[in-house]
Amino acid sequence: MTGVVVTRHNRHSRTWWKTAIGLVLTAIMLFPVYWMLNVSFTRDQDMRKSPPGLFPTDATLEGYRAVVDQQLPYLGTSLVIGLGTVVLTVALAAPAGYALAKLRPRGGGLLSFVLLAAQMIPGIIMAMGFYAIYLSLGLLQSVPGLIVADSTLAVPFAVLIFTAFMSGIPGELLQAAKTDGAGAVRTFWSIVMPMSRNAVVTVSLFAFLWSWSDFIFASTLASGGAHQPITLGIYQYIGNNNQEWNAIMATAVVASLPAAVILVLAQRYVAAGVTAGAVKD
Amino acid sequence: MKHTTQLPDRRPLRDRTGAATAAAPSPARTTARRRPSSQQWAAWGFLAPVTLYLALFYAYPLYRNIDLSLRNYTVRSFVQGDAPFTGLRNYLTVFDDPTFAPALLHTVVFTVVSLVFQYAIGLALAVFFTQHFRLSATLRALFLVPWLLPLIVSASTWSWMLNSDSGIVNAALHAVGIGPVNWLTSPDWSLTSVILANIWIGVPFNLVVLHSGLQSIPAGLYEAAALDGANAWQRFWRITFPLLRPVSAITLLLGLVYTLKVFDIIWIMTKGGPADSSTTFATWSYQLGFGNLLPAFGPGAAVGNLLVVAALVFGLVYMRVQRKQGLS
Repeated sequence: MTGVVVTRHNRHSRTWWKTAIGLVLTAIMLFPVYWMLNVSFTRDQDMRKSPPGLFPTDATLEGYRAVVDQQLPYLGTSLVIGLGTVVLTVALAAPAGYALAKLRPRGGGLLSFVLLAAQMIPGIIMAMGFYAIYLSLGLLQSVPGLIVADSTLAVPFAVLIFTAFMSGIPGELLQAAKTDGAGAVRTFWSIVMPMSRNAVVTVSLFAFLWSWSDFIFASTLASGGAHQPITLGIYQYIGNNNQEWNAIMATAVVASLPAAVILVLAQRYVAAGVTAGAVKD
Repeated sequence: MKHTTQLPDRRPLRDRTGAATAAAPSPARTTARRRPSSQQWAAWGFLAPVTLYLALFYAYPLYRNIDLSLRNYTVRSFVQGDAPFTGLRNYLTVFDDPTFAPALLHTVVFTVVSLVFQYAIGLALAVFFTQHFRLSATLRALFLVPWLLPLIVSASTWSWMLNSDSGIVNAALHAVGIGPVNWLTSPDWSLTSVILANIWIGVPFNLVVLHSGLQSIPAGLYEAAALDGANAWQRFWRITFPLLRPVSAITLLLGLVYTLKVFDIIWIMTKGGPADSSTTFATWSYQLGFGNLLPAFGPGAAVGNLLVVAALVFGLVYMRVQRKQGLS
């Protein structure tokens, strides 16, 4: 017993320097994030100090007060658009994933190919096309319009995730449901969907994050409207008052919160999503 | 750019395509004939929403974009929709534009330099993090942060860090005796600055994908090589690097497709300036269509379409490579 403890202790004491290097590398990589936090707490009069203070010694909440006073409507809009994008994406992609994984549709291969190709279209192209269409439909500067546009960022990826995940559901289970008289819709709703909870979580996280972070659709389709997302809030902040960097960085910190929450609560889903297809229960 | 990939070699065979399982017992054609038609109806019922969606929100905007690039649009005719057809004149305008050559050059430099550094740093970190040490998994997770942050957050943070007078980067350079650099306001440095920020954003993706690729290299190979007296450097170049080639190809190709279309970072940090010194096809297209008081939708769409062609060419190469690896 003591032997085991000693070896374990030895192993860790032999690798402590690797941990040290790892910490240094991580600190370098995350320095910009720290700097954002540092500046968000810096007082106006210290902002142009040379050299800049490495720590917020006279920390102020002025920047965050500005967020509460000015940016809350933008944050609310982004939240609504993000949730709308999640609902639309899951509603479109989950049935498609089920069909591609389990129902062997004729032409399914072609559809998967089109979905892969669709992911590669540059956002600026989509934005210009949407702009032309929304202009004639009167959908510019509208929340539903932005939800639809943002969902194009996530739908192809979501179908791929659902297809990969649902392929892993045992066929016998679906066969048994069929024998019991359940139709395709019933099987999908009562068996496939409850079993695909992890895929739903992964897809929802990414759909929300991408919609929350979207700048190109927001700036082309929602600019100047009554409901603008937080990315535009920050962008206009930079344009209008580039003196109050504590307010800008405080808004940036608040805009990063969803990413932080996702990293803490759902890190395994994120890694799974990055290497999509490696998704396993 | 935010992107994800599918690793061909990490998925069980049955997951690869629905058809793989279906076709296994009998030739594909008889399987197709035996598929009950009611199931076909159900399948396409489930696929109908997404198919309609693809047609309405991918195909139609693409079509509108091609249409835009072939007509002479003004603000008036844009609203009324009666712009005269001018064939390829917008494309000729674009080719003749003095911005064309610099934009092409910047797009290539931005893409290649970003990819090389993202891949090299990502691979070095991935190899480092495959070793077992305390906090390894936690630190690797923290490396994801730049990838998760909204691009506007990263871009504005970098803007302030690179600020000529009050930025921390110039302060650090000053501390080691180097004079201030006008990172964002000098034509000599603006492209370097946006590449720097883009590398930072792209490293996590390379790290995660390459790390997961490293997991599938059998540990026994390294042990055997170590017994034969190979040092760490030789083990990397003789084992890790060759065996990682398929995953590397996928990572780089997908990175290429997505780096080509990077827009947010450049636009937020420099707007492609000063004097077009950091403009790429993506920002130029936006500049033409939305950046001026008098929009030039036709040429803007033409530039965008050139970008689509480039992205799709490399995208097809990517899909070919991925399929070939899936089969082997």
